[in-house]
Amino acid sequence: MAAVAQTAEARARKDVANRWLLSAPALIIILFAAIGPLFIVLVYSFLAPGPYGDVKWEFSWDGWTSVLFQRDIFDETLSFADAHLSIFWRSVKLSLATTVITLIVGFPTAYFIATRRERDRDIWLFLITIPFWTNLLIRTFAVLEIIRNEGIVNKLLIGIGLTDTPIQMLFTDFAIMIGMVYVYLPLMVLPLYASMEKLDFRLVEAGYDLYATRFNVLRRIIFPLVKPGVIAGSILVFIPSLGAYVTPSILGGGKNLMIGNLIELQFGQGRNWPLGAALSIALMVVVMITLLVYVRNAGAGGEQHHG
Amino acid sequence: MARAFSIRRQPGFTTIAVACFAALYAPILILVFYSFNAGTSLANFEGFSLRWFEAAWNNEAVIEASIRSLQIASTAAVLATVAATMAALATTRTAPYRGLTFKYAFINQPLMVPEIVTAVALLIFFSRIKVFTGYSGLGYLIIAHTAFCIPFAYLPIRARLESMDLTLERAAADLYATPWKTFRRITMPLLWPGILAGLMLAFVISLDDVVITNFVKSGGQDTLPTYMLGQLRRAITPEMNAISTVFLLLSVAIVTLFFFASRKQS
Amino acid sequence: MNWKITAAAVGAALLASTSLASAEGELQIYNWGNYTSPEMIKKFETENNVKVTITDYDSNDTALAKIRQGGHGFDMVVPSQNYIPIWIQEGLLLESRPDEMANFKNVKEDLKNPEFDPGRHYTVPWAMGTVGIVVNTDVYKGPINTWGIIFDTPAELKGKVNVVPEMTDVIDAAVLYNGGKKCTGDLEILKKVRDTLVKAKPDWVAMEYGTIQKMGSGDFAASSDWNGSAMRQRLANPAIHYAYPKEGFVMWSDNIAILKDAKNVDNAKLFLNFMMDPENAGMNSAFHRYANGIAGSEAFMPADMKGAMEIEVPEELKSIAVPSQTCAPEVQELYTKIWTELQK
Repeated sequence: MAAVAQTAEARARKDVANRWLLSAPALIIILFAAIGPLFIVLVYSFLAPGPYGDVKWEFSWDGWTSVLFQRDIFDETLSFADAHLSIFWRSVKLSLATTVITLIVGFPTAYFIATRRERDRDIWLFLITIPFWTNLLIRTFAVLEIIRNEGIVNKLLIGIGLTDTPIQMLFTDFAIMIGMVYVYLPLMVLPLYASMEKLDFRLVEAGYDLYATRFNVLRRIIFPLVKPGVIAGSILVFIPSLGAYVTPSILGGGKNLMIGNLIELQFGQGRNWPLGAALSIALMVVVMITLLVYVRNAGAGGEQHHG
Repeated sequence: MARAFSIRRQPGFTTIAVACFAALYAPILILVFYSFNAGTSLANFEGFSLRWFEAAWNNEAVIEASIRSLQIASTAAVLATVAATMAALATTRTAPYRGLTFKYAFINQPLMVPEIVTAVALLIFFSRIKVFTGYSGLGYLIIAHTAFCIPFAYLPIRARLESMDLTLERAAADLYATPWKTFRRITMPLLWPGILAGLMLAFVISLDDVVITNFVKSGGQDTLPTYMLGQLRRAITPEMNAISTVFLLLSVAIVTLFFFASRKQS
Repeated sequence: MNWKITAAAVGAALLASTSLASAEGELQIYNWGNYTSPEMIKKFETENNVKVTITDYDSNDTALAKIRQGGHGFDMVVPSQNYIPIWIQEGLLLESRPDEMANFKNVKEDLKNPEFDPGRHYTVPWAMGTVGIVVNTDVYKGPINTWGIIFDTPAELKGKVNVVPEMTDVIDAAVLYNGGKKCTGDLEILKKVRDTLVKAKPDWVAMEYGTIQKMGSGDFAASSDWNGSAMRQRLANPAIHYAYPKEGFVMWSDNIAILKDAKNVDNAKLFLNFMMDPENAGMNSAFHRYANGIAGSEAFMPADMKGAMEIEVPEELKSIAVPSQTCAPEVQELYTKIWTELQK
């Protein structure tokens, strides 16, 4: 008896060992080219900046203190680095706005697809994924073309007579937000659809049988049931938009920086790698916390979907 | 009798949905439209012409960047899919064992960390290695791409694996097939659509990447997206529209292929 | 059968990628964007059987940062004269001795022994010019020869002005606008500089490099800019004028050099010599519309460049022209700090 149990145990151990071996290549590659380098960033955030970029191998808190504090150049007073804080705040604001707008627009869209006839749904899904597979640059470029002063939107507005001169939309925070909404919308729709597809409309029908209004059905029955999708979609939009760098760079005109641009700046003209490293780690921490909060909120229900 | 009451209808939803689709496609269609502009302006359409496609075709930098993109994408996609398949086999259809959640989080890490952070990390890490070894070829880009493509290949394979019925494989074992033979003759063919999906996903993701590539590349290693980024920041002409249109068609072709392939066997 | 295909694909891709990385007869040039004549490059490629690849950068700081971090893969770079002493001092440039090359005799006399590269041991002149103001006179009809266009924007131009984010140019302009001398370390003046910049920024629409296209498309109505870029804009739209600000303006030159860790040194040396030939320098100038430092190249430059106000500084303004020079490290640091503060 014991012998049988032992071999079973040994087999189980061998199975686990095999599984570790199988997953080794993936783990090694990711360790080398994704996670490992993050530790180096942490190290760099504690070094001193070199005169023309790169670092001096001496310990310094400057990287981290400059994230939050700055010294006035001329009277040496210490104050909050309102530059960084305002850039951070702008990023959070724009990301939140983007998430909310994509939710407002994406919810009906996902619902629409989920309520089509079964054989039609594939086509609609296909249609919504195509913009997703279009390169980010192309999509940002397309938005740039439309909202610039000589672009279609302004031409339309002037044509209708709503305004005499072109409205400056490009190179503003608004432009960045529109760009991000456009780029991340499919990322909101797809998880929402995944949840809605599983929606049991008998529950909805039950609601109507109990004389609920459409709005109540939406609020009390549909929305809570698709909450996992809402959460997944929100995460999939909020996190990338917080760290966005290409879209703000092209649509913001170099004046309206988001965190991603601020980080990039430190490795170029800013010549302050430790600060760039510290900002990167800070961003990552914020993202991780957001993820944890969201996932906790989702609770058991959230575990059922995969992102 | 009361009119048919659709329990599925919500007021305004269809309108918003249709408007959403229109808004999603309008900018792209306009962009494609202007790539056929005979004039140089990006605002005034001056007649139909293919000159910008010609210009892009004759633009050496564009052709080179495109070829490089395809090289990196194909290599990285293959490597990522192989690694992801193995990892998926290792982490699914099993009782939880120690380190399983850790592995799962590890593999999906690239999805959770903002790209700019990874890009910065790789910049620092690789530039040290480049100076140390003196090698500055495409290897770094390929490894970097493979790393962030793995989770994208992993997810569809894992999904497929989880939905696969173990009975067929058990039956094979009952018939005294070796594990390897079972794998080769039964598991793989059944898993193949998932692997294919993962491969295509990884390919498109790699083709599209701009942030990480921009930070990791060395001299003369522009991919199509980084080339476009440089141009977009500096010199926008309808040639950019033409390049975008071709790129768009390529992506659409791949997605369509994927769509029909997945439809066929579902 | 899947494995075989997979293996074949991987093998083919790897093979192809390595061949791309180790091609013979190559030259990797790291240069400002939109600054190299494609025609001239083709000529060099055919004459010497070398494949040239040009990678763009936007600013001196970006170039310096990229090269400093190592592993960049470039052979040549084109820094501005005020940065060249830094490059030399940091040991980033190869002492390639252009002064001993065959075509060195063509370099203009007064450029053969510049302060920033005594005896021309490292660099060859690429182009030279000035920094000024460019305005679309359809939008604004007032006087344009002042830095006030970007620092104290007139009403019609508010929200339509761009400032090219080249740190040295912008700070120099602000210093001159506040009556200081270039490279001054005077804290009083620098404080005013910082305040001027911070106050003016809300009126700017962007801080971008792509002025040629965006002035042409109307996204910008005015900008600080370099003279050659301004000339290209005027040729596309005659309403766009360049002006030399009356508070003073900087004259700069860009010079091409070989990098210390270049892989294709022989081809790079060939290219240096090539650039000192009047015909090639002239061809280049015809593209980017800046003057160059090679005697005799005027014969190969287009007629409209002769006498163009962008190229030749008018006599009466020569006194307010300020040659570019490297500032002391402490001053440089102050400038960087002011610039960083501006970046909010």
